[in-house]
Amino acid sequence: MKCPELQRPALLEARGVSRLYGPGKGCEAIDFTLHRGEVLGIVGESGSGKSTLLRVLSGLERPDTGQVAYRSTVAQGHDGAGHEGELDLYALGEARRRALLRMEWGLVHQNPRDGLRLGVSAGANIGERLMALGERHYGQLRAAGQDWMGRVELDPKRIDDAPKTFSGGMQQRLQIARTLVTRPNLVFMDEPTGGLDVSVQARLLDMLRTLVRELGLSVILVTHDLAVARLLAHRLMVMRRGQVVESGLTDQILDDPQHAYTQLLVSSVLTP
Amino acid sequence: MNDYSDATTGYNFAYLDEQTKRMIRRGLLKAVAIPGYQVPFGGREMPMPYGWGTGGMQLTASVLGQDDVLKVIDQGADDTTNAVSIRAFFERVAGVTTTSATAEADVIQTRHRIPEQPLRQGQILVFQVPIPEPLRFIEPSEEETRLMHALEEYGVMHVKLYEDIARHGHIATTYAYPVKVDGRYVTDPSPIPKFDNPKLHMAEALMLFGAGREKRLYAIPPYTRVESLDFEDHPFEVQQWEEPCAICGARDTFLDEVITDDRGGRMFVCSDTDYCQSRREEVA
Amino acid sequence: MTSLTQPFLTVDALHKSFVLHGQGGMTLEVMRGLSFSLLPGECLVLAGPSGIGKSSLLKMLHGSYRVTGGRLRLHFDGDGEEDGELELADLPAHAWHSLRRDVIGYVSQFLRVVPRVPAVEVVMEPLLACGVEPDEARERAETMLARLNLPPRLWSLPPGTFSGGEQQRVNIARGFIAEHPLLLLDEPTASLDAANREVVVGLIEEAKARGAALLGIFHDEDVRERVADRLLPLEAHMGAVLEAAESPSEEIR
Repeated sequence: MKCPELQRPALLEARGVSRLYGPGKGCEAIDFTLHRGEVLGIVGESGSGKSTLLRVLSGLERPDTGQVAYRSTVAQGHDGAGHEGELDLYALGEARRRALLRMEWGLVHQNPRDGLRLGVSAGANIGERLMALGERHYGQLRAAGQDWMGRVELDPKRIDDAPKTFSGGMQQRLQIARTLVTRPNLVFMDEPTGGLDVSVQARLLDMLRTLVRELGLSVILVTHDLAVARLLAHRLMVMRRGQVVESGLTDQILDDPQHAYTQLLVSSVLTP
Repeated sequence: MNDYSDATTGYNFAYLDEQTKRMIRRGLLKAVAIPGYQVPFGGREMPMPYGWGTGGMQLTASVLGQDDVLKVIDQGADDTTNAVSIRAFFERVAGVTTTSATAEADVIQTRHRIPEQPLRQGQILVFQVPIPEPLRFIEPSEEETRLMHALEEYGVMHVKLYEDIARHGHIATTYAYPVKVDGRYVTDPSPIPKFDNPKLHMAEALMLFGAGREKRLYAIPPYTRVESLDFEDHPFEVQQWEEPCAICGARDTFLDEVITDDRGGRMFVCSDTDYCQSRREEVA
Repeated sequence: MTSLTQPFLTVDALHKSFVLHGQGGMTLEVMRGLSFSLLPGECLVLAGPSGIGKSSLLKMLHGSYRVTGGRLRLHFDGDGEEDGELELADLPAHAWHSLRRDVIGYVSQFLRVVPRVPAVEVVMEPLLACGVEPDEARERAETMLARLNLPPRLWSLPPGTFSGGEQQRVNIARGFIAEHPLLLLDEPTASLDAANREVVVGLIEEAKARGAALLGIFHDEDVRERVADRLLPLEAHMGAVLEAAESPSEEIR
């Protein structure tokens, strides 16, 4: 047989990215490539800089030095500096960067309250990104809302209920529906299962796995929970004190960790 | 500057000093140049509390000339408290002629209505605005709403309309109905009934909006496209009444419900008192 | 099809050691100087006592253990100037995603249960990843589960509550369904009864017949003798050798 194509096109690249609030606080000299269709987990303890890195990668916080490059499929190299067909996230104007976040990317917050509009109904929450993209047909917005409520295992009959009447796990699923409804190319998730009961977590993890496969999502996932990383991520980066100490395939990192810190991290978990 | 008002009242013409009026006019020029864009201005204390039309009054004071004829309406009526006191104010501090006839006025200050009679070129309509920011209801941060305007991120405006339909089966927003001005800025037309929204579109008169508390002004220049936001399957519609005006019989005006007794008796009459009266005179 | 006389997998001077930082940097050497090759259609069975690190070899071939030294090569059909040779030892992590999907299948000793996912979907997953339509994938998964005598009432249940043997059969179904050209089998028959061992032997024979190369660990002597074309004795290369911590880790890595 012929060797299958192993190279996947790069989607997001961090080149020497640093954002430090103080020595060892933040993230430092981060280099990596996220390939299309990959789920990359960033793991580490609290304070390791993984959330700072996520903020920098997702366009929310300008790095002190370094570059975040995104290969857009919509507007190739549109007012982006550097290589052809790639956008330098922080060289873009703010309008373009925010449009990118709105149209091609998605961000799932740890606390669903940060990602939802609590004052408006579930349906309006799901429809908002579609409306921002110019959808102006109420019937279609509603159909999309019901469809996505079903996909995230919420009762479509509750489309007109306010998110505050939902449980934490339901709110998190609603946030995911709201984010994925526009089928973003790249999704950032910050501890998506943090703060949920174990049984609720399991349901969410299973759902995320299915959505990742069905939609062919590329995901950057920040979590301190190695079990979550094991189930969702194809590849892991281990962070400590702002730096990446080790990266590799998820099962390689968890089953044959090389770095002293990773070994400690893995051996500290009850059932990774 | 002006002998009349200086001599008789001790105030400069139209109350505000000339430097302030100049500053506001500069703001107005900018507002006209960028239709629908909210221009900040250094609002002055007026001898009235906020909420009584201080923003509109400062704009009126800045554009009023000695020969202009002024009309002031409140919810369409010339004889309500707010209208009467503002009219009296300018009679006293500017000595201008006032009228209740829409056609005769050069400057019309209004609270929450646009006159029924179409305005003509050369007229200026000054709106009193309580909350100038249409995005405020969904995004409380002023910094963020300014950015949203700058980047034309207006998806959230439809979220509100969506909620209306989801809750009431139709777009239930009946006043301060958001519009898009000249295809660019989403703007709050002040709390006029949505019945008046179509009158904003390609109007011949200059329309100025002043918010005293928030110190913002904006404008819709003559012949500007003004669209009311809506959905394809729930298009924008204005209110309709089953009966005509009980006084003048008009079927194409905005009607107020008037309770006539304590046994449930009521009638519907034109909210624009000048229009209603002139129709009755025509009939008579 | 790859020629049946050319090896599909070649292993040269393979070396594996673990550095245990938690134990003061102690080095645990588990494999040294292992070389062998594997032909398409051949089933090579790793021999030797347990604890010798046979699973470690499979895990290196599956990318879940790093290779300390030596070469692991797959031989694909050449393409013009390309000789079709793929070195696994230094393959970037993201390249493994496609390799595992299309080339290297792995039946582990234990099923890693994903909460809430029904057995039939666990089995379907490798097919869905290759882009097979859900209906067809489900049908093939059900056929496979039926063949392995898993009662249909269990198909729609998550395997978390299944017995060891039932879980193992789900695992086998999942491992064989995508028909990978290289299959790594880590004691697939360990907790099976005679009838199901028979089914697994059949699956292995079918895989060989279609030209797949298999590398397996079988403790059951009967199964081993029936499926093995060759035995690979590992004693000479294996055995956990503990080295004192004074050898610096750089030397080993």
